Amino acid sequence: MTSHRLTSRRSLLKGAAAGGLLAASPLAARFASAQSEPIRIGFQQHQTGIGAAYGRWYGRTTEAAVKAINDAGGINGRPVEIVAEDDGTDPKRGAEVIEKFATQHNCDIAFGTLFSHVVMGSAPAAGELKLPYFVVSEGHHVASGALNRWTLQPGITDVKSQVSSMAPWVTDTLGKKVTMVFPDYAFGHDHRDFFSAAVKAAGGDVVGLIPIPPTETTFTKYFPQIPRETEVLYHVMVGPAVLTFVKELGEFFGPSAPAIFGFIDSLEAVDLASPGLEFLDGTYFWEGNPRYAQADQSEYDKAFRAAVGVDDTGASTSDAKDVSTYAHMWGCWETLYIIKAAMEASGYAGPDDRQALVEAVEAMTDMPEGMEHPQGPKLFNGRTHQVFGRQYVSQAKEGRLVKVHATSIEDTLYPDEVDYTTMSF
Amino acid sequence: MEFGPHLVLAILEGAVGAAVLALTALGLSLVFGVMRVVNVAHGEFFMLGAVMAWFVAAAIGGHPAVGFIAALVIAPLVAGVIAMAADWLVLKRVNYDPEATIVATIGLLYIMQQSALMLYGPEARPVEAPFNSRIALPWVEWGEAGLQLYYPWGFGTTSYKLFVIVAAVVLLLAFWAFLSRTRFGLVMRATQLDRETALAFGIPVETVYALVFGLGAALAALAAVLIVPIQQAHYLMGGDPLLLSFIVVIIGGLGSIRGTIVAALLIGMSDGVISVFFSPTLAKILATLLVALVLVFRPQGLYGKTAT
Amino acid sequence: MRPETRALVLHLGVIAGLAALYPLLPTYHQGNLTRILVLAIYATGYNVLFGYTGLLSLGHAMFFGAGMYGLGLPMQHLGLPALPAFVLGTACAATLAAAVAALALRTAGVAFMIVTLMFSQAAFLTILYFTTWTRGEEGFVLARGARRIAGLDFSTPDVRFWTAFALFATALLLTLWMARSRFGHVLVAIRENEERTRMLGYDVQSHKFRAVVISGAFAGASGAAYGLFFGYVGATFASVQYSIFPLLWVLLGGAGTILGPLVGTAFMFYLINWAQDLTSAYMLVAGVVLVLLTLFARAGIVGEIRKRWLGWLP
Repeated sequence: MTSHRLTSRRSLLKGAAAGGLLAASPLAARFASAQSEPIRIGFQQHQTGIGAAYGRWYGRTTEAAVKAINDAGGINGRPVEIVAEDDGTDPKRGAEVIEKFATQHNCDIAFGTLFSHVVMGSAPAAGELKLPYFVVSEGHHVASGALNRWTLQPGITDVKSQVSSMAPWVTDTLGKKVTMVFPDYAFGHDHRDFFSAAVKAAGGDVVGLIPIPPTETTFTKYFPQIPRETEVLYHVMVGPAVLTFVKELGEFFGPSAPAIFGFIDSLEAVDLASPGLEFLDGTYFWEGNPRYAQADQSEYDKAFRAAVGVDDTGASTSDAKDVSTYAHMWGCWETLYIIKAAMEASGYAGPDDRQALVEAVEAMTDMPEGMEHPQGPKLFNGRTHQVFGRQYVSQAKEGRLVKVHATSIEDTLYPDEVDYTTMSF
Repeated sequence: MEFGPHLVLAILEGAVGAAVLALTALGLSLVFGVMRVVNVAHGEFFMLGAVMAWFVAAAIGGHPAVGFIAALVIAPLVAGVIAMAADWLVLKRVNYDPEATIVATIGLLYIMQQSALMLYGPEARPVEAPFNSRIALPWVEWGEAGLQLYYPWGFGTTSYKLFVIVAAVVLLLAFWAFLSRTRFGLVMRATQLDRETALAFGIPVETVYALVFGLGAALAALAAVLIVPIQQAHYLMGGDPLLLSFIVVIIGGLGSIRGTIVAALLIGMSDGVISVFFSPTLAKILATLLVALVLVFRPQGLYGKTAT
Repeated sequence: MRPETRALVLHLGVIAGLAALYPLLPTYHQGNLTRILVLAIYATGYNVLFGYTGLLSLGHAMFFGAGMYGLGLPMQHLGLPALPAFVLGTACAATLAAAVAALALRTAGVAFMIVTLMFSQAAFLTILYFTTWTRGEEGFVLARGARRIAGLDFSTPDVRFWTAFALFATALLLTLWMARSRFGHVLVAIRENEERTRMLGYDVQSHKFRAVVISGAFAGASGAAYGLFFGYVGATFASVQYSIFPLLWVLLGGAGTILGPLVGTAFMFYLINWAQDLTSAYMLVAGVVLVLLTLFARAGIVGEIRKRWLGWLP
């Protein structure tokens, strides 16, 4: 927590310095001091536990976004301060941290959770405390209607839209007969259900389902279960054992593999040049945001990389071995800019305006590509509290990922499952 | 479901797992058998071995075999020295009281995990195998059209995996010779049988305890160096080996090397083989219950003499 | 005052003290106290088996989980009201404890530890296996409107606290009564010398069996209450770390003391909370404190107090 405190204090000073320009007259000084009480954002961060690799990059992205926002004058003239607390990637601690934000740290809002079970564990607390809770999780939990009016996901797309928008491309380009390998818990089951349905709709067929127990550390023994008629192998694994999974897949199939399509979740924060991953060359990945700078890179992506400290290969500019979670972490950046926009739209002044803040987010719709949305344009659905945006498919080529397909936003839409705006606060 | 190849692979994979598990469990068995303390941090010494292997390989560079061999020496040494320091600083001072040791080693677990997170980071990092060629044989089957060849849905593995099995067997044999043929082995066994009598015969029990604790940790680290080219080094990787080693030690029967190895094979193989017949998670549940029932109906373990 | 009276006065005093403390605390710590009391029920139940009977289980997470899912699944899928769901959850845990006891009590010592550990691991995997209904590791949120019993709305902090308080006080007084009963004395006798207790003509097996079931029921009630109060049911709560927590809390507070579980639970909660405010390397601090505690307070906090000053503490 200290490191974040330090940076946020530093950015606080900068914000104060910017405010100092106004302070030419005594009257302005009094006005500025009343106004420059910082906006406190509770950052629920996975500093330890299974999500720590993600948490670190979520932290770096958040720092960069807050610095950019403060350098440009903060929100409503007030600087932003991040209060980071570790949730240990644990739902119990997550709920406690939410309470700490609301009742101890006097935070205006809570933000930044990635792992679905922490979101599920924390959302009831956020709802009871009437604390706007902005998650960056890509889970389908928000849009499924399981949560509450105070929980929103405006800065990252959800797994249902990601998965179902991939299916038509997979069946058209790679093959019709798909076998899925997925972890045998909720995250994997979401992939199984949404992808199976979408493949069927696209005229394909899921010929094999191989659920892997989450406690597993070796995988080769499951590969003979892959039906021999398989044309496309779809994999999505998370956790520290994923590298083993991909390596063993290569060792099993060698050069005579079916087409392989995976979710980059399997290899977030992992160097593609790692030993054993040569096998992945030529295979395809879903990416939330292309890790390698592409030929048609937008100026916003370029500036985003520079701000966060990521080079053209998706690694830290200070350590090439420190690979980022590039497909997800932009969600923190965009979410913070949405918070800024909503606070400005609602004239947010303090905790009494929390309801107005949620309503201001719900009123949002189109979000054009720009420095606030470097990943691409977005469409927000206020009823389901969920944002929609482009998805990318990349191919591994000589240790890089090259973008081969981008969906439209329309490809990722699905019918509403909930209308949060009809629920009471 | 392809029954034949699945079974062959399950057995092969099970053997690799069992080999590494046997080494890890042997370390725990020593500590538990001789000192009667439950070392909750045993898995963290395993993690330390894997993390050290990554550091050594990264520092040395060059051909992966050089780093691997260096790691085989350095990682167990470092783990052993840290364990001996922990023994001297903490365990000795609480007189190896079983309950105090549990809390103390939980504390040690926290310390080691956090240190690894800060010094090594939260990512899973691979270490290159010294050699790793793919061995793939086709699977032959009688089908409607006579003899049919399936490829690559057959027997696919790597030379390094086979090496791990061989290396573990060699190490286990060496360890057995060490226990039964050397003076230190004799002293250790004497201390295990009866601490008071050993003291009376002038055996420096405190030193023996420190060495045993160090040796136990070194074995875990050694096992981790062997496995890390297959799996990856990660700061939370210690949990599974800890639980599995515990289970192996108790199922095998306290103080029995043979029991430890048989139990490691049983546990390494069971869920793989059962997963040929059931869905993977169900197979894991059944395997866990099956092994638990072994203990229910044979509480002293497979080769144990007395119930403890 | 006779020691028994003194002990009763002390424990009633602690209960009254908790009630008096609550309104004085800042909001954040009020919430923490609620969580601590619910978890202290879990630790108190663990202490019945470990502290008094001398049986070390590494599988209590399955009882905590049975309580939580026994409450949560019927509420979520069958619309069962909260009160019967709470009773059902506790009953599920007690039933599971009886089944586990019937098998696991054939073993003793470390074998008991491992058998309970493995049963618990199987229970954890079972939750994942039925992800269709349990939502696996992600878990599910209990609808806020359903979390009520006769006008008591558990989504409000005060109702939550006073219910937790009442449950904890019940658990504490039950264990105090048990510790002084003939049954409790036999449990301690089993802990001290099982063979001798058997020679004296006591049915050791049936006493142990009852201890496991009581302990499991406490764990289940705690798990059910945790789900009901905080509105979330998830597999993490049935994972192995939730088996180690009560052991740690009881050892820290003092095994075989009535107040130890509460003190240990509160101590560990605030140790983590305090270390987290201090540094991002908070596990390091927590680890060092645990090591120091074993060096200087081996019997646990309440255990040391009893050893040094208050020998009459039950």
